[in-house]
Amino acid sequence: MKSLLGWLDHRTGYRDLLRKALVESIPGGAKWRYVWGSALTFAIAVQFVTGVILWAAYSPNAQGAWESVYYIENVMAGGWMLRGIHHYMAHATMILLVLHLMQVVVAGAYKAPREVNFWFGIALLHVVLGLSLTGYLLPWDQKGYWATKVATSIASITPVVGPAMQKVLVGGADYGHLTLTRFFALHAGILPGALIALIAGHVYLFRRHGVTAVQPRETGHATQPEGAEEDGQDGPAAHPPRPRDGWFWPDQALRDAVACLAVMAAVLYLVIRTGGAPLGGPADAAEPYAAARPEWYFMFLFQWLKYFPAGTEVIGAIVIPGLVVTLIALMPFAGRWRLGHRFNLGLTGGVLSGVALLTWLAYAQDRADPDFVFAQTNAEAEAERAVELAGAGGGIPASGALALLRSDPLTQGPRLFAERCASCHTYDGHDGMGRPLTEPQTAAELKRFASREWLEGLLDPERVATPEYFGSTDFARGRMVRMVQSRVAGFTHEQQEDLAKVIKAVSAQAALPYQAEADEADQAEILEGTALISSASVGCTECHEFQDVVEQPLGPTLTGFGSEEWLTAFIRDASHPRFYGDRNDRMPAFGPEEILTEEEIRLLVAWLREDWYRSGDEEGRPQ
Amino acid sequence: MSSQAPQTPQDKTTATPSGHARRGFLAGAGAIAAAGLALLAPVWSGLRVVFDPLRRAASDPALVPVARLAAIPADGVPRKFRVTADRVDAWNTQQDMPVGAVYLRRTEDSLQAFNVICPHAGCFVNLAPDRSRFVCPCHKSSFDLEGAVDDPASPSPRDMDTLDVEIRDGDQVWVRFQNFLPGRADKTPVA
Repeated sequence: MKSLLGWLDHRTGYRDLLRKALVESIPGGAKWRYVWGSALTFAIAVQFVTGVILWAAYSPNAQGAWESVYYIENVMAGGWMLRGIHHYMAHATMILLVLHLMQVVVAGAYKAPREVNFWFGIALLHVVLGLSLTGYLLPWDQKGYWATKVATSIASITPVVGPAMQKVLVGGADYGHLTLTRFFALHAGILPGALIALIAGHVYLFRRHGVTAVQPRETGHATQPEGAEEDGQDGPAAHPPRPRDGWFWPDQALRDAVACLAVMAAVLYLVIRTGGAPLGGPADAAEPYAAARPEWYFMFLFQWLKYFPAGTEVIGAIVIPGLVVTLIALMPFAGRWRLGHRFNLGLTGGVLSGVALLTWLAYAQDRADPDFVFAQTNAEAEAERAVELAGAGGGIPASGALALLRSDPLTQGPRLFAERCASCHTYDGHDGMGRPLTEPQTAAELKRFASREWLEGLLDPERVATPEYFGSTDFARGRMVRMVQSRVAGFTHEQQEDLAKVIKAVSAQAALPYQAEADEADQAEILEGTALISSASVGCTECHEFQDVVEQPLGPTLTGFGSEEWLTAFIRDASHPRFYGDRNDRMPAFGPEEILTEEEIRLLVAWLREDWYRSGDEEGRPQ
Repeated sequence: MSSQAPQTPQDKTTATPSGHARRGFLAGAGAIAAAGLALLAPVWSGLRVVFDPLRRAASDPALVPVARLAAIPADGVPRKFRVTADRVDAWNTQQDMPVGAVYLRRTEDSLQAFNVICPHAGCFVNLAPDRSRFVCPCHKSSFDLEGAVDDPASPSPRDMDTLDVEIRDGDQVWVRFQNFLPGRADKTPVA
């Protein structure tokens, strides 16, 4: 073994390299405050490793990106943790980088001869920001999609080249396949390449100049490492450390390793506590996403843009940030004077507190905004639903997960209801999406329409005249209401028992999925009730047709009441003779007038009947 | 090159170093030229691919059917409709894909169509919960129901983008759906 290593060393000189790498003397001895650079390098290394493995499972295209991330996150063993580490380590990288730069400024380590290394650090910060920005889009979820649209819009307001720049970046006029391939090339190729080059240069220059050992405030004279540097570059091994000095290996290495472990522990804590990185619903160009926000370290910029009224965006988005970065880059020159160094400290403090304030404002305003909170709650529900649907039926069809959401009653029903029905109807007291109605309810409450509970209320003399049933339509003063209020109110005990059976029988006509068990259990009563519908005791068929029996058809048919077929036909055209005929009040003919498409009616009907896929259903996803 | 061996000290100090320098210069220039030539084709073709999107104009925005007139109550309250169209996305052609959304607003005597995208920074503008105005959930741009900026502090540089709208066959609403560059006062189509 030893001779083998000897042979290898002879051919490669690795021992010398290792010695140079590890046997670095540290003036003043190993210190905890020197760990930041190593912790940062570690964080970036973790990003490379986790990133390449994620890459091996990721597919950058508009119908496959969300789907492949879903697969990594929910199907592949360990995927959620890997993605979680990549996600939170990106946060850690950002924090460590800013801490590192702050430390450099406070210690005055940007001063000659380390100017170039300071610039390398600034460039690194920008590359890391770029990695974060590009990485945010890659899952192709609603959040990343809409947040990144803001970023590319800002790119487009750059004077002169903006629109062309945006088009090259996005890969065309609209977001699509090429947006993902380009962002992915940036995220996994170009920016990491730049990162490696910058880190190599940074570490090389750092080794050339050494650590900044002495606080600048105490020094009018050259710092120790600079003195050491004058002696040349022939390797620290040639200069035994002064008594107080220490070696990198193992003194400093131990502290660095402990710091890396602490970073990893913090990241793992976040990963496990949050269950990994979030994944929103699949990107949809036609669906609003009011909760679009960038990653937290961009929130200050997001907030900042609110303060630039029309015509001044360029100043807010490009000119001022550009000036601040330029000022920071010029710090080494300003820092030559004592006052300049103070100015630099003030600038750093000012920028950081400004960023902190804006970030806090952004989150505080969002928390206080009920619309935002509402949008976020909806977005989370949709994300969960997308995952549930993707997991059904053994895989996502090639048309993508978005197609699944578009044909899902639970997702589309509330939206359609809110847009097309909630100007008159309520659903569980709200507009379907959970918001109160903007105007008073003028037609029936439809949550669990045709269920036993719904019908019991309809036939309750106390409740029939409330807006829950006939709203403010003509029917609110119509024969049904009068009948319930006069006749049903005076029902004898036997008649009431008959009515209870009739309710079960009519409700069974709907064949509601959520009531299937009760219908099954009460078969005998339902059979009795079915016979009673046309009896003189209850008298439904005086006005309602049931199985071809009717005296004078005035109200909707009870044959198949609330069933899929009945509800579909009713929504299509409530003025059909089967239902209200020309007595219909206000309910539009959604079908013949094509206000709703057949598919939309199907979705609404299925949603009202709560006939949607639930994970655990054996028959799988309905198509 | 130097076929004559240098004989004198002058030769050594003058002729040869200058000849050497010239030769060095030529070799250096040659190296750079050769390397440049070798890289020309990959760099050229690479740049062409990177900038290829600039050569592809957005397809001419065609009128697409969006809704029936009956679906838009004539109460001046905008209603949101998704726009689906056949779309070419790089190598795919896709039927009936969601490409965006519009607000349609109808009064007794007018019909307006707005692109839902905020002219400020490209977010999806919402109708305020009380349906009295449009509000962008990102940077709080706000517009009145006719799409005009209604607040001097609104960051939007222009009113909401109106779209051509046409009624065909009596009640079919067609909209010329297109997007416009955000963040500028003029309404320039994304091309």
